[in-house]
Amino acid sequence: MPEGKLCNRQTVDTEEQLQALLNDKSGKQYYEEMNHLDVDAKALYATIQKTLKSRLRTWLEICAHCGMCADSCFFYLANKKDPTQVPSYKIQATLGEIVRRKGNVDNAFMQMVMDTAWSKCTCCNRCGMYCPFGIDMGVMFGYLRGLCFSQGFVPWELKIGSGMHRIYQAQMDVTTEDWVDTCEWMAEEYEEDWPGLTIPIDKQDADIIYTVNAREPKHYPEDLAEAAILFHLAGEDWTVPSQGWEETSLAMFAGDWGACKIQVESVYAAMKRLNPKRMVVTECGHAYRATVVEGPYWAGLKGGQTPIPSFHYVEWVAEALRTGKIKIDPAKRIKEPVTYQDSCNYIRNAGLSDIAREIMSYIAEDFREMRPNREHNFCCGGGGGLNGIGRYREQRNVGLKVKRDQILATGCKLVIAPCHNCWDAIRDLEEEFKIGIRWSFLKPLLIKMAIVPEHLKPEE
Amino acid sequence: MYAFVTGPLAWLSFTVFIVGIIARVIWYFRGLNWQMDRVAYKEHMAYGIKGAIRSIVFWLIPFGTHSWRFYPFFTICFFTFHIGLLFTPLFIYGHNVLLQERFGWSLWAMPESVALFMTVAVIIAALFIILRRNALPEVRIITKPYDYLVLVIAVAPFVTGLLANFQVGNYNFWLIAHILAGEIFLVAIPLTKLSHFIGFFLSRAQLGMDYGIKRGGMKSKGLSW
Repeated sequence: MPEGKLCNRQTVDTEEQLQALLNDKSGKQYYEEMNHLDVDAKALYATIQKTLKSRLRTWLEICAHCGMCADSCFFYLANKKDPTQVPSYKIQATLGEIVRRKGNVDNAFMQMVMDTAWSKCTCCNRCGMYCPFGIDMGVMFGYLRGLCFSQGFVPWELKIGSGMHRIYQAQMDVTTEDWVDTCEWMAEEYEEDWPGLTIPIDKQDADIIYTVNAREPKHYPEDLAEAAILFHLAGEDWTVPSQGWEETSLAMFAGDWGACKIQVESVYAAMKRLNPKRMVVTECGHAYRATVVEGPYWAGLKGGQTPIPSFHYVEWVAEALRTGKIKIDPAKRIKEPVTYQDSCNYIRNAGLSDIAREIMSYIAEDFREMRPNREHNFCCGGGGGLNGIGRYREQRNVGLKVKRDQILATGCKLVIAPCHNCWDAIRDLEEEFKIGIRWSFLKPLLIKMAIVPEHLKPEE
Repeated sequence: MYAFVTGPLAWLSFTVFIVGIIARVIWYFRGLNWQMDRVAYKEHMAYGIKGAIRSIVFWLIPFGTHSWRFYPFFTICFFTFHIGLLFTPLFIYGHNVLLQERFGWSLWAMPESVALFMTVAVIIAALFIILRRNALPEVRIITKPYDYLVLVIAVAPFVTGLLANFQVGNYNFWLIAHILAGEIFLVAIPLTKLSHFIGFFLSRAQLGMDYGIKRGGMKSKGLSW
C-alpha cells in the first residue's frame, strides 16, 4: 500500500479529513497504516537537495564527534546517560544517514527517524549552546521534522493539529463564533466583580492587540478573563481580533511549513485590519516563538519582524509593574520560596531572561533560581509538541526527571511557569512524581497581589 | 626528492589549501538564505555582526563559555592541541629560515625550546583526545574511523618533525616524511572535516547572527555563551 487513508503524505485541509482522523481513537488505524506507508525516496532527496544548504551541510560535515553536546541534553541526563541520547548521535543517525543514503531509506528507518525527532528531542536548542562549532541540533531536528511530515511520518496528534491550523487557523476547533462568544461570556461573567470590565472585540486603532492560545478559550476561559482584568486594572486601551487571535502553532511542532504560514498570516492580517500600535501575546512560549520569532520568515517578511512590534506577556507585565500601571500590595507579595521556569522558547530563543527576573523582583520576596537557569535552563520536558503525543508518553515522563530534580533542589513549593507547555509539563511531573509542588501562570498571582484603585472596585 | 616535495608539491598543496578555503567561504555564503535559515542577515547587519563577534570571541577564550567550563579536562586538551597546531608551524625557527632563504622575509621565530615544548604538548594532547574518545561512552558511540584519520593527519607533521629534529634513524627520511605530512595536512584542510579550520568561524558567525538578530539579540544584551 503506497499511502493510507489516514496516514499519508497529504495535508489535512478539509473537515472531513480532520473528522476521519479524530474518529480514529488514539490513532490506532493511523499508526497501523503507517507500517505500510511507502517512502517516496525521490521526493525526499529532491527536497533535501533544494533545502539542505551550506549551513546545515556544514553542521553535518564538520561535527568533530567530541561529545560536548551530551550533557547539554536533558534526555541524555534523564536516561542515565544513555549514549544513544547524545544529540550528535541522534542527528547523525537520522538526518545524517538520510543524506548519506541520498534519501534511499525504508519504512522502518523513517519510523525510527520519526520516533527520534519527536520523542528524543524537543527542539529546545540547548545543545547548540554547548557545541564549539555552534551546531544547533534543535534547528536540524526542526528541519528533519519537516522532512518527516512531507513523507507522512508524523505523530497522529500533530497531523491533526496541523490540520486544525489549516482549517480553523487555530490548534483546536474553535471557530470565530466560539471565540467571540467566549470573550463576551467572560466579560459578562466577571463584570459584577470588576465594574466596567470589557473584552473589546475588533476595536480599531487600539494600543494593544491581545492574542492567545486556543486552549484558553477552549479549556481555560478564565485565563482570558484574567487578562482582561489586568488590562482593565492597568487602564490599557486594548482589543482582541475576532479572527487571527490564535498565536500557537502545532504546525511548527509537526513540521508542516505550509500550515505555519497560513496560521501566522491570519494574525498579521488582524494587525493590518485593526491597526493597533503593538501586540501582546499570552503566557505561552511556543506561541511567541511561532508568531513573533519565526513567523515573519514563514510569511516572507524580509526584516524578520511582525508587522507591528510584538511582545510576550512577561514583557507587558514587567512594563506594567515598572511604570506603576499595576501596583503590587507589598503585604501580598509572595512570601514563600518561589522559583521560575525559564521557557526555552522565549528565554533561550528570544532573550527575555532579564525581564523574567525583573518581574520576580517586584512580586516575590524569596525568589530562588533553578540551576542552571536563564538561557541555560533545561527544557521542562514537554516542549516541541511532546506533551501532546500519546505514543511518546513514557519517554516524556522519563524526561521530566531533570526538571523535577531542578525544582526539588530549589526547595520551592511554588513554580511560576508563564508558558503553557511548561505549565502542563510541571503539572504532569507533579502527577507522576508527587513532589508536593504548585505551579501557576502569572495572571492569577498578579490579580491576587495587585492594588485595586477605589474607582475600579465594585459598589458594596 | 627533496627538491620535488619542497618545490612543485609544496606549491600544489599551498594552492589547494588557499583555493580550497576560498571556495569553502564562497560556497558557505552563497548557501545562506534569509528565509530558509530564518535569519534576516542583511536587514539587521549591525545586530548580526555583534552577535557573530560575541559567538566567535567567547569560544576562542579558554574557559570563556559555559561549555568550556563544564568540561575542563577536555578544554585544556583542546586548547593545547589547537594552539600548538596553529602556532608551532608558523613560528618555528626552521620554517622561518626557509622563508628567509626562499622569499627574503620571515615571521618572528619562537625559541627552539618553546617549539619543542609545543610539539610535545600537541602529541600528548592528541593522545589524551584519543584516550577520551575510547574511555567515554558518549564520545565512543559517535566516533568513526574518519575521526582517527583526521587526527593522524593533523598530528603526523609533529611526530615526523620531532623525529627529524632528533635525527632518529635516517634524518633525510624523516625530513621528507615531515614535509609530505605537512602537505597532506594542508590539502586535507579544505577537503575533509578539517575544514572546520574555516568552518568554525563560518558556523559560529552564523549561529551568532541567528541569536543576535532573531533569537533575542534585539531584546537583550546578547546570549551568555
